[in-house]
Amino acid sequence: MTTPTRIAATFAALKAQGHMAFMPFVTVGDPDVATSMALIRELASRGVDLIEVGFPYSDPIADGPVIQASYTRALSRGLQVNDIFSGIQQLTSGPDGGKIPPLVAMVSYAIVFRIGTAAFVEGAKTAGFSGLIIPDLPADEAGEVASEIRKAGLDAVQLVAPTTTPVREDRIAETGSGFVYCISIAGTTGARDQLPEELSGQLKRLRGKTSLPLAVGFGVSKPEQVGTLRGLADGVIVGSAIVRQLERLSNNSEATLHVLRDIGDFAAKMVAATHATR
Amino acid sequence: MTAAVAARKHSASSQVPDLSGRFGEFGRRFVPETLMQALEQLTAEYEEAQRDPEFQRELNGLLKNFVGRPNPLYFAERLTKHLGGAKIYLKREDLNHTGAHKINNTMGQVLLTRRMGKKRVIAETGAGQHGVATATACARFGFECVVYMGEEDIRRQKLNVFNMKMMGAEVRPVTSGSRTLADAINEAMRDWMGSVEHTHYIIGSVVGPHPFPMIVRDFQSIIGNETRQQCLDLEGRLPNEVIACVGGGSNSAGMFYPFVEDDSVALTGVEAGGRGPKPGDHASTLSFGNKGVLHGSYSYVLQDADGQTMPVHSISAGLDYPGVGPEHSYWKDSGRVNYVNIRDDEALAAFQTLAKLEGILPAIESSHAIAQALKTAGQRSKDDIVVICLSGRGDKDVYEVARLLGKEI
Repeated sequence: MTTPTRIAATFAALKAQGHMAFMPFVTVGDPDVATSMALIRELASRGVDLIEVGFPYSDPIADGPVIQASYTRALSRGLQVNDIFSGIQQLTSGPDGGKIPPLVAMVSYAIVFRIGTAAFVEGAKTAGFSGLIIPDLPADEAGEVASEIRKAGLDAVQLVAPTTTPVREDRIAETGSGFVYCISIAGTTGARDQLPEELSGQLKRLRGKTSLPLAVGFGVSKPEQVGTLRGLADGVIVGSAIVRQLERLSNNSEATLHVLRDIGDFAAKMVAATHATR
Repeated sequence: MTAAVAARKHSASSQVPDLSGRFGEFGRRFVPETLMQALEQLTAEYEEAQRDPEFQRELNGLLKNFVGRPNPLYFAERLTKHLGGAKIYLKREDLNHTGAHKINNTMGQVLLTRRMGKKRVIAETGAGQHGVATATACARFGFECVVYMGEEDIRRQKLNVFNMKMMGAEVRPVTSGSRTLADAINEAMRDWMGSVEHTHYIIGSVVGPHPFPMIVRDFQSIIGNETRQQCLDLEGRLPNEVIACVGGGSNSAGMFYPFVEDDSVALTGVEAGGRGPKPGDHASTLSFGNKGVLHGSYSYVLQDADGQTMPVHSISAGLDYPGVGPEHSYWKDSGRVNYVNIRDDEALAAFQTLAKLEGILPAIESSHAIAQALKTAGQRSKDDIVVICLSGRGDKDVYEVARLLGKEI
């Protein structure tokens, strides 16, 4: 790869400043696409470094109850993949498009396969995504799909779990790009109080195997947890703690503004924590 | 006569899956990284168990003395006379302990659980038959057992819920999605992702990521192996046709697999046609579905154009599933098995026909296979032999059948 991807460039710039990345997760379409785009703009204005964009799926085995409920709400309103692509495209090609940080699609392989890998990657690229995370496509099966994604100039992000064996870590380091998504706990997504101790051992081991940035997700919910990851990880991902707030959203625009601001305030605290230098 | 008399042209092999879990192009593993190590461990443990004569000896002992195998291949004399065609035999899985074929799998898997040193078992269930078979196996071996069951199914299958609890299992209601079998599988997978180090997931059908479709098929293959031998003993030859119902496809996979390379034996899989071919009105994945990914496996699925799982309907809770085992997809595309579908009303009529003519109340799932024989066996020669897999008994269904017939119990 001659020119670095937008994701790689973002992590490199943060590293030069001694910062960690903060990457919030949002479901698109909960309660509707327009509100999701407003939320992405709000997060961008608070200085988040990347945004993970969840594509609602009917049978999300990797996700916990909070995100599944959000997906179910979005799908019950008839959300389709093309609605997500066109919403994101309007956002990234609009007047403020340059202020939107790299967007990473989190999407089940059931969706990618049905639409067709080439068509999906093309749609994602046109919409303005910088990378794809396909959580149910493990490294063993990811080869062709990952190269298709990279051929389009996007990153194919792979996940590492606490149960991942060293042999598997090697395989994942080979097929992934952009960053490595490090799952902090064996289980589904969802906010937890504490991060497990084994995590630091795994992060240190991964550091020796790959030059890719390491981003930690699953179970992160508080600015106070960020300090324990400094020096070990290059980024922090927060999902359920944000999506939980979406439950409060209704079509009442005042409530929407209120919730967006609350999420924005939380994001600002996380940005402050991840960008703090020791 | 029918095509079944002639040797069939097909390309199916019984030497599947390969090491990566492929049945032709189908199967494989589409699961979160968190589960990969457990699947690799299970694959290795299973391969060892297969080679261990002590494991096989213990399993055979349990199947004989606890489950009550071998069960009969029964000549249905009055049904045969009634149809006036082929001789019809019923493979009596309904006579197993707990009343269905599901226990063939749970006895094998509970032995695997013990071998892996795990003490907790989880399972999903739709109609409750697999839940009961799992609770039974766990009670027999003293393992903790949690069964995930959709809230809607709990309401419809109170008797099985009560039975599971009596045997010490915890039945956890699933309130996500459509609150039925597919959601119970999601919930069980989630539990397993957080508990995989001490918990084994006993999946109830030939679905899910490799090695589950292979393991469940192998444990269920005792159905076909016994049938094959019994038919040779009784008739001196193999049947012309074998018919079994297909939801996820475990009784049919177990029945068909030992016949895959017997080209003279026609294999017919019967899906739930529900109210008709309109989307949402049936559960006929192989008849009307597309290739796709669901619950960790690549197979035929009932999805919309975005890959979202579609609602399904069947009179039978055990066939009410939007996917199907990957080996069935392989058999479909290779032409080895002919898949048809039977509507709710045809299954209900077959339930009554078998009850009146043979004194057997079949499960409403198995009634789909019987209905297919009612349609076709009469047109066959009297020299032909047709075997129907009677996968379970109908006791669990009598309230629903009574309701549909407008009768009170």
